[in-house]
Amino acid sequence: MQDNTQIGTTAAFDAVETAVDDPSAEVLALDGVSKTYGPETAVDELTLSVRDGELLTLLGPSGCGKTTTLRMIAGLERPTTGTVSIRNEVVADETTFRKPEERNVGIVFQSYALFPHLNVEENIAFGLAEADERETDQRVSELLELVSLERHRQKMPNQLSGGQQQRVALARSLAPEPEVLLLDEPFSNLDVRLRVEMREEVREILKRAGVTAISVTHDQEEALSISDRVAIMNDGAVEQIGDPAEVFENPESRFVASFLGQASFLSGRVTDDTIETGIGTFETNRLNGPVEAYNGATVDVLVRPDDLRAIPTAESTAEGYVTQRQYNGPSFVYRVKLHSGDVVHCLHNHSESFKPGEPVEIDLTADHPLAWYPTE
Amino acid sequence: MATGDYDRVAEQTEGATTEQTASGLLSVVAVGITFLVLSPLLWLFLRAVEIEPARAVELVTSSTTVTVTANTVVLVATVTALSVVVGVPLAILTVQTDLPFRRFWTVTSALPLVVPSYIGAFAFVSAFGPRGHLADLLAPLGIKQIPAMYGLPGATLVLTLFTYPYVFLTTRAALLSFDGTTVEAARSLNQTRWQAFRRVTLPQIAPGIAAGALLVALYTLSDFGTPAIMQYDVFTRMIYNEFGARRIDYAAVLSWLLLVMAVGILAVESRIEAGRDGAYISRRSRRPGEIRLGRLKTPALLFCALVATLGLALPVGILLHWLIRGGIGYSATGQSFELAFAWNSLSVAAGAAAVSVIVALPLAYLAARSDSRLSSLPDRLSYVGYAVPGVVLGLALVYLSLRYLPFVYQSVLLLVFAYVVRFMPQAVGTTKSSLLQIDPGYIEAARSLGYSPLAAFRKVVLPLVAPGIAAGAALVFLTTMKELPATLMLRPPGFETFVTYIWQVQDAGYYGRAAIPALVLVVVSGLSMVVILRRERYNAG
Repeated sequence: MQDNTQIGTTAAFDAVETAVDDPSAEVLALDGVSKTYGPETAVDELTLSVRDGELLTLLGPSGCGKTTTLRMIAGLERPTTGTVSIRNEVVADETTFRKPEERNVGIVFQSYALFPHLNVEENIAFGLAEADERETDQRVSELLELVSLERHRQKMPNQLSGGQQQRVALARSLAPEPEVLLLDEPFSNLDVRLRVEMREEVREILKRAGVTAISVTHDQEEALSISDRVAIMNDGAVEQIGDPAEVFENPESRFVASFLGQASFLSGRVTDDTIETGIGTFETNRLNGPVEAYNGATVDVLVRPDDLRAIPTAESTAEGYVTQRQYNGPSFVYRVKLHSGDVVHCLHNHSESFKPGEPVEIDLTADHPLAWYPTE
Repeated sequence: MATGDYDRVAEQTEGATTEQTASGLLSVVAVGITFLVLSPLLWLFLRAVEIEPARAVELVTSSTTVTVTANTVVLVATVTALSVVVGVPLAILTVQTDLPFRRFWTVTSALPLVVPSYIGAFAFVSAFGPRGHLADLLAPLGIKQIPAMYGLPGATLVLTLFTYPYVFLTTRAALLSFDGTTVEAARSLNQTRWQAFRRVTLPQIAPGIAAGALLVALYTLSDFGTPAIMQYDVFTRMIYNEFGARRIDYAAVLSWLLLVMAVGILAVESRIEAGRDGAYISRRSRRPGEIRLGRLKTPALLFCALVATLGLALPVGILLHWLIRGGIGYSATGQSFELAFAWNSLSVAAGAAAVSVIVALPLAYLAARSDSRLSSLPDRLSYVGYAVPGVVLGLALVYLSLRYLPFVYQSVLLLVFAYVVRFMPQAVGTTKSSLLQIDPGYIEAARSLGYSPLAAFRKVVLPLVAPGIAAGAALVFLTTMKELPATLMLRPPGFETFVTYIWQVQDAGYYGRAAIPALVLVVVSGLSMVVILRRERYNAG
């Protein structure tokens, strides 16, 4: 499935050399950080730590508090409670509040926020005011090389394409060598094709610069493909944090499961070692983790389209029927309404074409343990 | 929408063959209008050429000319500089800080624009002049001498108070439209708030400040009423005086010098406008974080209150005071205000509005298309209206009519013509912008739904253009009502309006009599501002 191949690309990047001194050192720590606006809580007791050279992505739906978190790290918002520290130095708590210019935190804004009155070179040199001219010049050249924009040194921002603007924004924020780099929805202003290309490129630039980075997005594919670790946020709190593949395979909550990939839930009744569902009865050892405590009760099993296959069959033996098909080019995703009432999705090769209304039985083809949740 | 699209509208509605004839006719009409609008300048040119070269040099280099030029430059420079000093901080305070009651101060900072400057000058003289309210108030305390209100200080004070809102409004617009994330970006690149303002905000709002400053400069240069009341010799006052003394040669020479300065200011302005063309305007703009004023809060509030008091409360208060109590000379003899004056004002203004709208329609249509070689003509033409001060236009039309068309001299017809030349550009502007808002897709959609080209035009185009035409008519009507110098110079004998009546009573010192017409004009100016603001909202939406 598409999501899996994206995770695969992460491994390819590991070959890129990094300039990190101590990969286990903690660069950024948030401890019990909350932000309230009047009666509304944007961020709720958030605790998080980021290691040196790591790329962590905060992933969540809009309004989950991820951008607010980013702005609190940058010093653009002040936490209501909790502590933010950078390299073990407190930059915000009840008594301290360091201004953005005193934190050494760089930001790449969603809109890039390039200075429209300055050219590429002047934009990149903006944060280097104190260095002498030759040093500045040299540093700008290094950064232009890093982002492959040597030929655009004298151009104004409005003469650049979206991807080029983004690379200038990246170079500008990396210029003063920030401790932490923040990326706010970095790819949302690019068209889809360019987005995939820039993801790889940005990750490579960040790794080569060896910078510790936190990115924020609502795009699960982007989060899974560029990050070292993903933190899934919901309602101002982190629901799960970990390596992208681990989070995708073992979502700890229904929310995480339905946010990543196209999730369906099969309700089933546990009886001793078996579980009876709308697509047949399985042994409970196919489930992830012990389910004994739920003996006699119903649970919901997470199945993604690539875990299931639909097989056309006679009306009498059918477990459900196809209600809709979604053509993606290389593949079809069929939506199947089961007689049990559940709705599941099945992924098929583009050559396997069924018609809506066709009676089908469903095979569970997954070769990994399935995540499950107590029925709510 | 691109102007090219506009031709699709024309094609859809008229068909290709009639289109060509219509286009030819349109060009003829536009050239005719152009000639008419330029005719006053033509007279000035002919008159200047008739002067012997030696005499011309003598007039231009005379000590009076030098003094008047110096006075004008000093007045324009000080008023412009002070307007920036007052307008920019007010804009920053009301947009970017945690100033209490920001909305209130935004309104009070913009409102002095509705007080016609000659009414403001008149009110200030009556309050602070040698025999004014303040002198009366202080006399019992033994203070006999108060600083002179006349001359440069008075003219500067009054013009600054009633024109700084131009700077305030353009700076405010620039602050609201620029992308606040660039400020956050600067902060994240280790710049302090002040450094970020200087290096990021200021360069981006500078064109907005400059545009407002140039409007102030142009207004000050061409204003007749304020320097006349303050008895400060600038070009406009001198031209009016020379006109009164029938020294036409000198008046023509001074008019040329004034025109050259006005065109110079307009040239700089059009360059800034061209450079500004959406360059720094960001679509997604986040407001930069509020600046906390802290200990500066009280001085900031006092500053806002001082400006609002001087620019708004004081003049309006004085007018109301006259209205209720009666001012100096209230009961004196002399002509009292008659309803006929109001009727005169309203009828010439309505005439000017009607003619302007009719003339504006072909010009706006032409300006909205890109293919014609004449398409830039309406825009250039509008500069004539902005650049020619009323006093110059009045002078030119008096002598043009005396020489070539004696029967229109001192007729209402000529007066209306003068208003049309000056204020028609406003109608062209609003009509053009509403024409440009019509997506050719609208007409295509209507036709695909079974409407004939004509029916589509009537059902779709006309309702969309109508508000623009109406707004244009309203603006011309309202600005005509308060026009001073051309009205004084061109009106038929005995033809009194709000404006001429105010001028007459201020000249005689019967201040109290001016209360009603002056308040009417303040309300009229207020209404024209409402029209402009509503248009802006309409265009933005």
